[in-house]
Amino acid sequence: MNRDKGEVGQALPSLSAWADGRGTAAASTVIRMRLPTVRQALAHPRYLLTAWPWRAAGYLLSSAPVGLSVLVVLLVGVVVGGVLAVVLVGLPLLVVLALSGLPVAALERRRLRLVDSRPARSPHRMPDGPGPVVWARTRFREPATWRELGFALVLGTVLWPLDLLVAGVVLGVPMTLLGTPLVMATVGGGEEVRVLKLWLATSWPQAFAAAAVGLLMLAVSGYVLGAVAAGRAELTRVLLVPADPERRERVAELVRSRVRLVDAFEAERRRIERDLHDGAQQRLVALSMILGLARLDAPPGPLADQLAKAHDEAGKALAELRDLIQGIHPKVLADHGLVPAVADAADRSVVPVDVTLDLPGRLPEEVEAAAYFVVCEALTNIGRHSGASRAEVTGRHQGGLLALEVRDDGRGGADAGRGSGLTGLADRVSVLDGTISLSSPPGGPTLLRVEIPCEWRTEHCA
Amino acid sequence: MRVEDRALRVVLAEDSVLLREGLIALLARFGHEVVAAVGDADALLTAVADHTPDVVVTDVRMPPGFQDEGMKAAVRLRTERPSLPVLVLSQYVQRTYASELLDSGDGSGVGYLLKDRVGQVEEFHAALQEVASGGTVVDPEVVRRLIRRRRDPLERLTPREREVLGLVAEGKSNNAIARQLVVSEAAVGKHIGSILAKLDLPPAEETHRRVLAVLTYLRA
Repeated sequence: MNRDKGEVGQALPSLSAWADGRGTAAASTVIRMRLPTVRQALAHPRYLLTAWPWRAAGYLLSSAPVGLSVLVVLLVGVVVGGVLAVVLVGLPLLVVLALSGLPVAALERRRLRLVDSRPARSPHRMPDGPGPVVWARTRFREPATWRELGFALVLGTVLWPLDLLVAGVVLGVPMTLLGTPLVMATVGGGEEVRVLKLWLATSWPQAFAAAAVGLLMLAVSGYVLGAVAAGRAELTRVLLVPADPERRERVAELVRSRVRLVDAFEAERRRIERDLHDGAQQRLVALSMILGLARLDAPPGPLADQLAKAHDEAGKALAELRDLIQGIHPKVLADHGLVPAVADAADRSVVPVDVTLDLPGRLPEEVEAAAYFVVCEALTNIGRHSGASRAEVTGRHQGGLLALEVRDDGRGGADAGRGSGLTGLADRVSVLDGTISLSSPPGGPTLLRVEIPCEWRTEHCA
Repeated sequence: MRVEDRALRVVLAEDSVLLREGLIALLARFGHEVVAAVGDADALLTAVADHTPDVVVTDVRMPPGFQDEGMKAAVRLRTERPSLPVLVLSQYVQRTYASELLDSGDGSGVGYLLKDRVGQVEEFHAALQEVASGGTVVDPEVVRRLIRRRRDPLERLTPREREVLGLVAEGKSNNAIARQLVVSEAAVGKHIGSILAKLDLPPAEETHRRVLAVLTYLRA
């Protein structure tokens, strides 16, 4: 989502909505997408004309009061708590102090919006139950709580002075230069002015030159502020914002949708097979029958010859249709399972194949289908490329794992990645958490192994 | 062996109306009578009980499940009435289906044909007659599939003997085999004798031994 926004934003020709950073100005444009962070804004040619440099400055400057408050509260808390701990009253105070990272982090996440409009969620989860004790217990057990406390310490001691220093120098120097003519007119009495306490400007042109340099430096400052604010925001995000909590959920959903897709794909194959069987195949058989009967009654001659030709064609169409249907969804697999289906694939193989499958029951439909098509593809490849004189299919189900092996005595050198149908089948097997491995050294032999975790179908388990 | 032109009383099971009507017309063309034409396996069993036909012709895939209900019904009929000839029309070349049928009963009076074959009306009719008179018929396409396989019990046979056995499995008579291979009928008889000996089939009535040879062939 964020990535999309960024890409679209960068491609925008108009900056009016983008410049505002919230998309409310220049509502006349249809553009509502905007750059989500100062970091992406930096790359834009019209960066300085937008609100982003000001937002960056605001971000860095507002760090000071927050950091200073944190420092004071922590110092006071520790001192008071430490002293009172002697009389045990201070202990609860210290406990509460340990949780002080929570509000600091919450505030920092809000401040993050100044330079990074991507959502910044809290890393904390819902308490296990109602009541402050349960809440505290939940929080103390979360690593995020301690990370936030650490962040508060660093903010109070290091970060805010750094932020202030950078913003002060980067803004202060050009501002001072810009103000040179003004100072000359007032304090300097139009005579002289000391610029940045380094050199003396003694004429108006010098004063205005200093102002011009200041203006230029201000432009550079805009970028420096943006860069520093971006770095500071990134640090905050890494420490205080959990890595996209939706990601795991999205991965799970992707896995689920992939399984659904494969299922839908299977269902569609079955439907096509059924439609072809119920429709085209029956009609062709009927046609062939009618032509056969017509031939019985046709007197010898050109008409009978034509009839014979038509009859032959109908027969060929039927044979082709039968093979097609078989390839789409082999009925023998659905009716009788993997063993006869693989035996049939072996029957059709050009290279003689020995089949030894130790599978006394039926496996889940999708497992049978995946294993069957892998074997078919392997046998096809053996027939086409291997130059083998024999092939062997072995398989068993052991310890919740179906393992099938197809080996041949061919010349080897098979490459699973090179345009073979095995890649697609590997995807199909991986949906079932299975694997395909291929070993094919030059000179052979080639061994293809497919493993799919599965259990027997329940009706055969009993 | 074959009772030529015997008018048969047929029970037909086929769920496609188009094919059912077509088959009724086809059978009528050869002088047979379809005493009952049904569209599912249960109705088939009932119709057989009601009509005691000379032969049953059934589709494999039928309602309600569109799996292999027709085949299951055929196997059940074969078990319950071993003398009732059954011809199964199938879309499947796979030997699993053919074996399932031929393993039921003693293997006589049974046929497994691809549905396409009904288009070859005369071949179909000959197969029907063969089955009705106790023979075994397996579709040439299924047989062709089997020939390509290595089959241990048959390794002792010469290629010629295997060829002859294949033709026997298709339900051909010695005479027809002799014509097809362009040899004398006596030569065919000699081949068959040699096949039966090599397959260690017990001496019995010749038709029965032929059937057993075909079964050996299919199971191998």
